[in-house]
Amino acid sequence: MFRLLITRVVLGLLTLFAISILIFAATEMLPGDVASAVLGQGATPETLAAFRLELGLDRPAYIRYLEWFTGVLQGDLGVSLTNKRDILESIAPRFGNTMFLAGFAALIAVPVSVGLGILAAINEGKWIDRVANIVSLATISVPEFFIAYVLILYFAVKHRWFPSLATVFPDMAFSTKLYVTALPAITLTLLVTAHMLRMTRSSVLAIMSQPYIEMAFLKGLPRARVIMRHALPNAAAPIIAVIALNLAYLIVGVVVIEVVFVYPGMGQYMVDGVTKRDLPVVQACGLVFASAFIILNTIADILGILVNPRLRKRNTGH
Amino acid sequence: MKIFGYKPTLSAWVGIFIVTFFLVLAIFAPWIAPYGEAETVGRTFGRSSAEFWLGNDNIGRDILSRIIYGARTTIGVALVTTILSFTIGTIAGLMAVVGGPVIDQILSRFVDIMLSIPLLVFALIVLSMFGSSIPTLIMTIAILDSTRVFRLARAVSMNIAVLEYVEVAKLRGEGLWWVMRKEILPNALPPMISEFGLRFCFNFLFVAGLSFLGLGIQPPLADWGGMVRDSGKAISFGLPAPLWPAMAIALMTIGVNLIVDWILSINARPSGASAEM
Amino acid sequence: MTEHVLKINNLRVESVSGLVLVDNVSLELKKGEVLGLIGESGAGKSTIGLSAMSYARAGCRITGGEVLINGTDIRKQDAEGRRDMRGKRIAYIAQSAAASFNPSHTIMDQVCEMPIQHGLMSKDEARKWAIELFTSLGLPNPQTFGDRYPHQVSGGQLQRAMAAMAISCRPDILVFDEPTTALDVTTQIEVLALFKKVVKEYNTAALYITHDLAVVAQISDRIMVLRHGKMVELGTTEQILQQPKEAYTAALVSERKAADHIAEDVKVEHNEPLLEVKDVRASYGSFEVIKGVSIAVAKGETVAVVGESGSGKSSMARMITGLLARTSGTVTFKGKELAPNYKHRSREDLQRIQLIYQLPDVALNPRQTIGEIIGRPAQFYFGMSPAKTKERVAELLTQVGLPVDYAGRLSTALSGGQKQRIAIARALAANPELIICDEPTSALDQLVADEILKLLKKLQDELGLSYLFITHDLGIVRRIAHRTAVMLRGEIIAQGPTAQIFNPPFHPYTENLLASVPEMRTDWLTDVLAKRQQKTA
Repeated sequence: MFRLLITRVVLGLLTLFAISILIFAATEMLPGDVASAVLGQGATPETLAAFRLELGLDRPAYIRYLEWFTGVLQGDLGVSLTNKRDILESIAPRFGNTMFLAGFAALIAVPVSVGLGILAAINEGKWIDRVANIVSLATISVPEFFIAYVLILYFAVKHRWFPSLATVFPDMAFSTKLYVTALPAITLTLLVTAHMLRMTRSSVLAIMSQPYIEMAFLKGLPRARVIMRHALPNAAAPIIAVIALNLAYLIVGVVVIEVVFVYPGMGQYMVDGVTKRDLPVVQACGLVFASAFIILNTIADILGILVNPRLRKRNTGH
Repeated sequence: MKIFGYKPTLSAWVGIFIVTFFLVLAIFAPWIAPYGEAETVGRTFGRSSAEFWLGNDNIGRDILSRIIYGARTTIGVALVTTILSFTIGTIAGLMAVVGGPVIDQILSRFVDIMLSIPLLVFALIVLSMFGSSIPTLIMTIAILDSTRVFRLARAVSMNIAVLEYVEVAKLRGEGLWWVMRKEILPNALPPMISEFGLRFCFNFLFVAGLSFLGLGIQPPLADWGGMVRDSGKAISFGLPAPLWPAMAIALMTIGVNLIVDWILSINARPSGASAEM
Repeated sequence: MTEHVLKINNLRVESVSGLVLVDNVSLELKKGEVLGLIGESGAGKSTIGLSAMSYARAGCRITGGEVLINGTDIRKQDAEGRRDMRGKRIAYIAQSAAASFNPSHTIMDQVCEMPIQHGLMSKDEARKWAIELFTSLGLPNPQTFGDRYPHQVSGGQLQRAMAAMAISCRPDILVFDEPTTALDVTTQIEVLALFKKVVKEYNTAALYITHDLAVVAQISDRIMVLRHGKMVELGTTEQILQQPKEAYTAALVSERKAADHIAEDVKVEHNEPLLEVKDVRASYGSFEVIKGVSIAVAKGETVAVVGESGSGKSSMARMITGLLARTSGTVTFKGKELAPNYKHRSREDLQRIQLIYQLPDVALNPRQTIGEIIGRPAQFYFGMSPAKTKERVAELLTQVGLPVDYAGRLSTALSGGQKQRIAIARALAANPELIICDEPTSALDQLVADEILKLLKKLQDELGLSYLFITHDLGIVRRIAHRTAVMLRGEIIAQGPTAQIFNPPFHPYTENLLASVPEMRTDWLTDVLAKRQQKTA
C-alpha cells in the first residue's frame, strides 16, 4: 500500500512535468512566432527582430523550455510583456485572494452538499430528493454569471445589503473581507453545491443497491444504522473523489465570478493576460492553475486509497 | 405520443418544447426578429416598452432582436463544436479499443494529461495565441472536449469489445473495420446519446462563458454570452438588461438537461434505497 | 395456532409495472422442519423467501396475503416491529456471501452486530458466542477468524461465516436462498452438511430455496415445486422424488435422474482422428493455466472436459480456438498444424472449428437481426448471395427447431434457450467439423438445458459433428460424452471412455468429485458423510 501511495505521488509529479511541457509547447505552435503575434501586423521588421532577441527566440525551443522550467522551479515566473513587472510578485497576492474566495465557498459548500446529497440518496424518490434534484438541475444548467447578476440585482442593487463589487485590499480586516466577498462566495457555493450534491447522491445510491445493504436490512438493523455503519464507510472513497473534483472546479470556476465582481484574483489576471496576449503571464497562470488542480486530485486519490479497506489491510485471501 | 418507443414525461415535454422553440428562433431569425442584428435603434439601456419588448443594450440595439439572432450563433457554434468533438472522440475511443494496446496507451496517456488540467485554462492559453475567431473557437473547444468523449467512448466500447459476440466475429476472421462498424459501434452509440446532450450543455455554457469574458464570439455578431458582457453595467442601475440573454442561456440548458434526464431515466434501474423495508 | 412458526397465506407479490411475480402461494412451517422451494428461474422462489421477512426488492411490492411468524403477522407490524423480527426470529442466508458481507468491517463485527443490536447480548458475550459458533461451524482458528475482513477468507469459509451470522440470534426460521449455488461441488457438500447440522442442532425451521432437486432432497422434509410464481405441487420429499403427481414435477425429476446414469448410446468408439492436442502449455502473463495437456477428438465423437472453477478447462477452449496462444506443444486438425494465434489461421481453419458460449445473452449482438447473425458466416465463408443466404438461414432455423420468421427479429426478445439455439445455428452456418461447447447449458434452466443437449445430440447424428464439451456438470458428461478428460489445476489427471472414468478404479480426485455430486435420493448426503468418516477413522 505504501508503494501505491508513492506511485500516486510520482504520477502526480510526472503529470505536472508533462503539463509544463504542454503549456510551453502550446506557445510554440503559433503560426509565425510569438513576436509577430504579440506585436500584430503593424510591427516593422526592425521592431520584430528586436523583440525576438528580447524574448530569446533566436535560441532552440528546448533550451528556452529548460530555462523557463528551471526558472519556475526557483520561483521565477518571468516578466510580463506588457508592463514589465515580475509575474510572481503580481500573482502571489492574487493567488491568495483566489484561494481565499475558493476556500470561503468550499467551507460552506462541502458540508451542505455532502449532507444534502446523502439525504437525497437515502430518501430516493421522496419529496426532499425531488426538490434537491430539480433545484440542483436548474442550478447546474444556469451560467455562472446569471446567478451572479440575479444576486447582485437583488442583494446589492435592490436591498443594498452587500456591495456589488468585491474590492479587497491586503490590509483589510478579516470580517470586512468576508462581508465584501459574500456575494461571489455565495454564487460559487450555489454552483458547486449543485454539482457536488448530484454526484454525492449517485455515489451513495450505487452503494445502496449492493447486496450487503440488503443483508443489513434483513438483519433487522435500524435504517439509520444501515446508512451510517454500512453504507457511508463504503461511500467515503467516491465522495472524497467528488469533493476533490469540485474543489478543483471551484478554483477554475472562480475565473468568471472574479470578472463579474471585479475581484482581484488570479482568474482576472489570466483573462487580462489573454486579452493583451501577454504570453508569459498566461503561461504562468496556466501552470499555477494546473498545479492546484493536479495537487487536489492527487490528494483525493491518496485519501481514496487510505479509506479503502481492501487496500488498507494486506490481502491474504486469493 | 411516443418518441423512440417511449412516452416522454411531463418534464421531458417541457424540455422538448424549450429546445424546439429556440431552434425555430435560430433557424428563422431574420423573419422573426423585429430589428436588425447590429442596428442601433434606441437609447442606451432603454427600458422595455411596446416598441422594444426587452429594452435596449449598451449602444441602443434591440435586445429581443439580438437574442433571436444570438440563438443562431450561440446554439450553432455549440452544436457544431459538440458534433465535431463527438466525432473525434468516438473515433479515437474506438481506435483505442480495437487498435491494440500501443495505440490505446498513447491515446489514453495523452488524454490523461489533457484532462489533468482544467479545460478553461487550456482554452485560455490557446486563445491567447490564436485570437478568437469562430473557427478557432470551435476547433479549440471541440478538440479539448473530445478528450472527455474519448474517455466515455473508450470505456463503453471496451465493455462491448470483450463480449462474446465480438469475439465470435474476430474468430470468424472479420477485419477490424467490420468489427468496429458492425459489432461495436451500433451497441456503443445508444448509451452515448445522453452524453451528447450533456456535452452540448457543457460546450454551450463554455462558449457563453468565453464570450462573456470577451474571448469568445466577437461583436458585432450577436451571441448570448457576449450580450451579457455588453449590458453587464446596467445591472448596477437596477436594469435587467444582462439578465435576458443570461436567462435564454439558462432556459436552453435546462431544456436540454430535462430531455437528457428523461433519456437517462429510461435505462435506470431502481436502486436498493427504494426497496420495501 | 402457534404450532406453526411460519405460516404464509395467499401471498401475492407484484412488480411496480404490474407483473405478478408470486401468485396466491400459501405455506406453513413447523418447528425444526425444512421446506424446500424448488423451481426454475422466474418461479418466484427467492421472492417468497424475502417476503417471509416482509422484504421486497426495489421494483417489487407485496400486494396481498399474510406472513405469520409465531402467529404474528409481520406485514401488519410497523417498521420497528418488523425490524425486531428480522434477524431475531427469522434470518437470511444469501447466495453470494462475498457480496453480502460489508467489505469495510471485520467478520466479527458483522456477526456480532445482530445480537448486540437486538439487545440480546453485550459486546463481550456476543464475541464469545461468535467464537463458539465459528468453532462449531469448523472455521479455521476460530479465536482469530473474526478479525479478518471478508476479502481475506475463501468463499466456502465466508458462506459458513454467513451461517454463523444468521444463527447468532438463534432465530426460529432460517431462509436459505440458493446458498451453495456459487460454490464448487466439492465445497458445496461440506457447506450443505453444515447447514443440515445447524438446522438439527438448533432445531430451526427453514425455507431452503434452490433449483437443484438433488440438493434439496438432502435437507428438506417437504418440497414445494413452483413455476411462474404459482405452486405446482407440495409433498414430502420422498413423495416428490418417487411419485410426483404433476407432469411438470415428473419432468424435473426424470431429467435430474437421467444425469445419474451413463447413457447407452455414448458407449460407441470413434477412430478417425480430427483434433489432436499434444503437450500443450499456455499462460496468462506469468500464470500458467495449461500445463502440458494432450487430448484428442475423433470424427463424430463428443469429448467432455470436466473440472471445477480454476481447473483450466475454459482456457483449453480458448487455447484450441487460438484466442489464447499456446507457448509450447502442437495442435493439429486433420493432420495439419494450427497456428497458436487465431489471427494467423486461414479462413478455412477458422471455419472448421466453431465455438458456443455459456451466456447466450452476450454471445449474440443485440443490434443485429437473427437473420444477420446466422447469415453472416454463410456469406463470409461461402460468399452466398443475399437470396441464397436467406434460404440457408431458413434451413438453419428449422434445423435448430425455431420458426423461420424469426429471421427478421432481434434476439433480445427471445428466451435463453432460444438464444442458445440461435448461437448453435450460427455455428452450423459455418459448416464446421468440430464445435467447442463452453458450458453451453449451465446458464439455462434444467428442462431448457435438456432440450439443448438433445438438439446437440440430434445434430451430431445428422451431420457427423464432433464436440469438445467443456463443463463442470458430471450429469451432462454421463449423458453425452463418449470420452471424458478430468482437469485439475491445468492438468488432465484422468482421461478415457466415459464408462471407464465413471467406474472404479478411480483417480482419487475423480472419486472425490464424483462423490460430491448430489444424487437423487434423500439419504445420499448421510451416506457420503458416513463413508468419509470411515475413511478418516
